[in-house]
Amino acid sequence: MTRRSLTGWGRTSPTSADIVPAADASVVEDALGRAGRRGVLARGLGRAYGDAAQNAGGTVLSVTAQGASITIDQHGVASVSAATTIDDLIRAALPQGWFVPVTPGTRQVTIGGAVAADIHGKNHHVDGSFMSHVRSLSLITPTGARRLSSPDPLFWATAGGMGLTGVVLSAEVALTPVTTSRMAVDTERTADLEETLTVMSDGDDRFRYSVCWIDCLSRGAHLGRSIVTRGDHAGVEALAPDAAEDPLAFAPRRPLPAPPWAPSGLLNVATITAFNEAWYRRAPRRERGAIQSIGQFFHPLDGIEGWNRAYGRRGFLQWQILIPFGSEETLRRIIERLASARCPSFVGVLKRFGPGNDGHLSFPGPGWTLALDMPVGPAALAPLLDELDDAVVSTGGRIYLAKDSRLRPELVEAMYPRLAEWRQIRSAADPQGVMNSDLARRLRLLDPQGAPPPAQPGSEPAGAGAGLNTLRL
Amino acid sequence: MKDALGRPQSILAVGATSDIARAVLAQLADAGTSRMVLAARDRDRLADVEADLRKRGVSDLRAISFDAMDVSSHAGMVAGAFNGGDIDVVLVAFGVLGDQLSDEHDPVAAAAVMQVNATAAVSVGVACADALAGQGHGVLVALSSVAGERARRSNFIYGASKAGMDAFYQGLSASMADRGVDVVVVRPGFVHTRMTAGLKPPPLSTDADAVADAVVRAIGGGSATVWVPKPLRLVMAVLRHLPTPVFRRLPL
Repeated sequence: MTRRSLTGWGRTSPTSADIVPAADASVVEDALGRAGRRGVLARGLGRAYGDAAQNAGGTVLSVTAQGASITIDQHGVASVSAATTIDDLIRAALPQGWFVPVTPGTRQVTIGGAVAADIHGKNHHVDGSFMSHVRSLSLITPTGARRLSSPDPLFWATAGGMGLTGVVLSAEVALTPVTTSRMAVDTERTADLEETLTVMSDGDDRFRYSVCWIDCLSRGAHLGRSIVTRGDHAGVEALAPDAAEDPLAFAPRRPLPAPPWAPSGLLNVATITAFNEAWYRRAPRRERGAIQSIGQFFHPLDGIEGWNRAYGRRGFLQWQILIPFGSEETLRRIIERLASARCPSFVGVLKRFGPGNDGHLSFPGPGWTLALDMPVGPAALAPLLDELDDAVVSTGGRIYLAKDSRLRPELVEAMYPRLAEWRQIRSAADPQGVMNSDLARRLRLLDPQGAPPPAQPGSEPAGAGAGLNTLRL
Repeated sequence: MKDALGRPQSILAVGATSDIARAVLAQLADAGTSRMVLAARDRDRLADVEADLRKRGVSDLRAISFDAMDVSSHAGMVAGAFNGGDIDVVLVAFGVLGDQLSDEHDPVAAAAVMQVNATAAVSVGVACADALAGQGHGVLVALSSVAGERARRSNFIYGASKAGMDAFYQGLSASMADRGVDVVVVRPGFVHTRMTAGLKPPPLSTDADAVADAVVRAIGGGSATVWVPKPLRLVMAVLRHLPTPVFRRLPL
């Protein structure tokens, strides 16, 4: 056990915790049984942007110590350990003609993390989010080990439950059959937001995968200009003869390392505007059926290892929102406000979601999701995002907890109307409030009052309350 | 918890009625800090501060009594302050100026300046550091002074006390670095406050709002030592290295 400082992927708000490598169930059970008043949390690869995988002053179980373990049956159901990454699973499944049902923009997330955040991908409008493909999972809660499947309320409380219902040990995931490891991709460059929304609304249903890169710094006539890329798994007949010989080959390039240090402020409005311009110009105006690798299509960010360091010492955040269908006018106002505020933001991601699932805190729902990476630094950023959060709430939308690092706690209940129900299910599985995280403390997820969990015997700091003299003013 | 943009949700201000503390608390309240524990000796002034912060929308306010001279009460005061949940920021803002000319002939009064500014600052610092390290996060901001940089004829009793607390918090900063706790030493020059009312301000004097700006920025993250205003760092570096005969001839 070592005390170490941890941050999320955005490298903001470091806090210190006792790191315990959790190689098997007995270590997890032991840690949950001996938990102090600061509680326990499982952490995978730390890809959540904010403080979701931090537990200041408490115990953080490093589940990657468990290692990958993958068994795929003839029906394409993979039994995987929580520490298995999407990368591990793709490498194991593809040669057998299977693909992960949902992949985020990076392969470097664990199955445990995928469950805890109920991650989504470019196919959400067709296939839903990760938990819709999980047949069962094994969860160790502070009140015991459970085997869970839908419609068990604890199963759905764990879906997007940010690790606060217990520690996921393993899961059974239904895979998607594929005949090749390539993608057939259509690209369309749009001139403005109007065209972007129209192209996606009209055409998305013809594609299994759809996403759009949106430039949130361009203004005026170019407001919301985008690159829409959509596609599906390519059939063998679409491949060039040499590629067709080994249609399921998967050999992503080894990632280039990012420089170990970059000055804060390197990524500013000027440099990012230039980057966004180049990114837009580089894309073809219109292209049909281009063959891309899985890495190219799904995981552009995996090309550079540790790219998060490029934002410098102060780090960065991601603001990802859901705006329900019917509130496109608010979405437009948000994008206008972002463009006019001149807070630097990298090419963002805009996507149309399909229906949500039964996860109480699951993020996706019918509507548009917009995600933007923004360096920490400009003083105007905090009030700007606070203002935009209010606009999001006014539409009945929400912020993705796996990305959040700065939301005001008073907005959480409005964004997640099933939070009270989730709290009940959660506290039945964890009445002592053992599971905890910095995210939970900051957003008061466990308890609306934000009061600390009941202290456990023997863990009260010495002298608490002694000599205290509270004035009645 | 402090968020990614450096905004704390809670603060304990020890010496909450000092002008600098009031300015810091007002800024944080305006930026959304919702829970504040105010520790001070003077109940009437504390009630004033509390009323002001309530007007600024602080929903969870608690006032506790704090007597710097009663060192044995400090651990209990700090434990009580941390009892209501995590404290993201501790501001150590209490202090007295003393009266240099009369204190030079009054051993008890001279020692009292040391007791408040140095001894109590150390005892509060030790208690808070343990509590912050236990919760695994937090920022501890200690208000020092440039007066501690090199003892001057005009205020060396005050200067000695600030030198003591300054050295303590620098060391604490190093010892807390790997425990999730940031300790920031803030060294303002002459600040126009209640404490310095009636004194003749030297060049580079500043006010409580400017110091508060620097404190709030420091809470967001950054340097472990902060000078207000910034050029004082250079000025004091020069003064520190002047030969004694020259230094003594300066009107300081």
